[in-house]
Amino acid sequence: MSDKKNTVFLILQDNEDARPIIEAVEVDNPEANIQYQPGMVRMECAGKLVVNRETVEEQIGREWDVQELHLNLVSLAGNVDEDEDQFELSWH
Amino acid sequence: MPSKKLNLRKRYELLTRGMGWETTHQKMDDVFPYDTFEGIKITDWDKWEDPFRLTMDAYWKFQAEKERKLYAVIDSFAQNNGQTNLADASYLSAIKLFITGVTPIEYAAHRGFAHLGRHFRGDGARIACQMQAIDELRHQQTQVHTISHYNKHFDGLHDPFHQFDRVWYLSVPKAFSEDALSAGPFEFITSISFAFEYVLTNLLFVPFMSGAAYNGDMATVTFGFSAQSDESRHMTLGLEIIKFMLEQHEDNLPIVQRWMDKHFWRAYRLLALVATMQDYMLTNSPMSWKEAWDVYFVENGGALFEDLSRYGLRMPKYHELATAEADHISHQVWSVFCSLGNATGFHTFLPTEEKMAWLSEKYPDTFDKYYRPRFEYWAKQQAEGTFEFQKGLPQLCQVCQVPMVFTEVQTDPMQISYRVTEHGGDKYHFCSDGCKDIFEYEPEKYVQAWLPVHQIYQGNCGGATIPEVLEWYKFSPDDTGDYIGSRDHARWQEWKGTDAMVKQA
Repeated sequence: MSDKKNTVFLILQDNEDARPIIEAVEVDNPEANIQYQPGMVRMECAGKLVVNRETVEEQIGREWDVQELHLNLVSLAGNVDEDEDQFELSWH
Repeated sequence: MPSKKLNLRKRYELLTRGMGWETTHQKMDDVFPYDTFEGIKITDWDKWEDPFRLTMDAYWKFQAEKERKLYAVIDSFAQNNGQTNLADASYLSAIKLFITGVTPIEYAAHRGFAHLGRHFRGDGARIACQMQAIDELRHQQTQVHTISHYNKHFDGLHDPFHQFDRVWYLSVPKAFSEDALSAGPFEFITSISFAFEYVLTNLLFVPFMSGAAYNGDMATVTFGFSAQSDESRHMTLGLEIIKFMLEQHEDNLPIVQRWMDKHFWRAYRLLALVATMQDYMLTNSPMSWKEAWDVYFVENGGALFEDLSRYGLRMPKYHELATAEADHISHQVWSVFCSLGNATGFHTFLPTEEKMAWLSEKYPDTFDKYYRPRFEYWAKQQAEGTFEFQKGLPQLCQVCQVPMVFTEVQTDPMQISYRVTEHGGDKYHFCSDGCKDIFEYEPEKYVQAWLPVHQIYQGNCGGATIPEVLEWYKFSPDDTGDYIGSRDHARWQEWKGTDAMVKQA
């Protein structure tokens, strides 16, 4: 498992609210591996994964508060850094 | 000109840095009497940082929204008789174990965080703990509300809190949470927010809940994911508190490492119940315990400890053993339940042919060799009418309180793992080196353990016979025993005409 030693992940519920966030993750993290499992979507990436407010807003065509992420969040791994513009997970 | 809306950082700072003060009428040490005796040295509480920077207004707004979503699902599930769309009614055994074994831990965590929300000296830490105290209470309530629908239709769900304080296998989660609650505040938060939430709740609330969805239980998956979204905040906070303690003073490292070793092992032993739910109680399992362990502990836990190694922290002691045991524990614990099914508050059942084929595939090195023969032997006895539940009571580990069923998986998987030590002229027995180490560091704490089997033999649990003890547990005869032929089973047949458990029998 040593090749996966720096994987961060973000898991969201598999629902309509989460879809644009998942699409934004795909746009901003081309390396991310997206797995659909019963009821949930697991997005994992080596080292770092970011959700950008602007990319989500482009997907949904309205203003989006980064903290809305909490509503459909299931789980995550990594150090969290959040502000108005982005939500980032990383291992140092 | 009205000022522009404050940004997230500024709002969080105003909430958590301006609301506390240095007391003058009373000494700070008298106002906050509990946060120094454990030896953790804090030089600057202002270095405490909540990465989500959640303020009270945002907290209430988002939590209210989560509740609305959850209750819409629960209502819809109840209105549409969602219970009839389960994969099988035997699946409810997992939910019975959940409401009696997990929900009361949520309440215990609420009590613990409410205490910390008063007693940490730093205001940022107090605010975070207050929010978490409310979260944990929310989890307990939403679980009771969700599962109360099943209580209308199935046995064994009627009195979880009474049972948590008495039942033999529920002393495992009870002892775990009371160990944390009776520790100091820094140890408590290391135990719950870090060892339990960060390293281990992912195994309960992600693959198991995904499994609930897979078995048609949309009510449980919804409360599970809703709770876990709060846990994500708790885990993040748990990681921050570890980093905070390690950055504050180098003397904190050995204390934190010892807590990490202890609470990893405590939480891991508790997870033996979850492993069993995942592999045996889910009618259909999307992921085995072993697969879940590899993803959520070996990979993600590995990444986490790699990250923390810059502070000098290493992987918790005995983690290699835990990984080796992942091939065994679910089979061992389900065997115990099946052999003592006359004294469990949920129905037991032998794995179907289909389930055993799946277990063989998921556990190619262990299932056929060590465990399939046992289940097939019991199935043969059941068919011949000679199967009997155990009449004796199992010996329990003094620390984790799990019956002594774990084996020497690294050397001889057929040999029971058995450790013993002496203290004050008495012998104490353990399931593992991990539990023995925990005892030997604080023997005066663990000699007080309320071991259900000892208590039964001492006459403190309602009487000397199994029916008397079960009555004291408030188990009715309809709650216990084999699923086949139970009231739950009969009701399911009435609804569905036929079912999976009978097809194999």
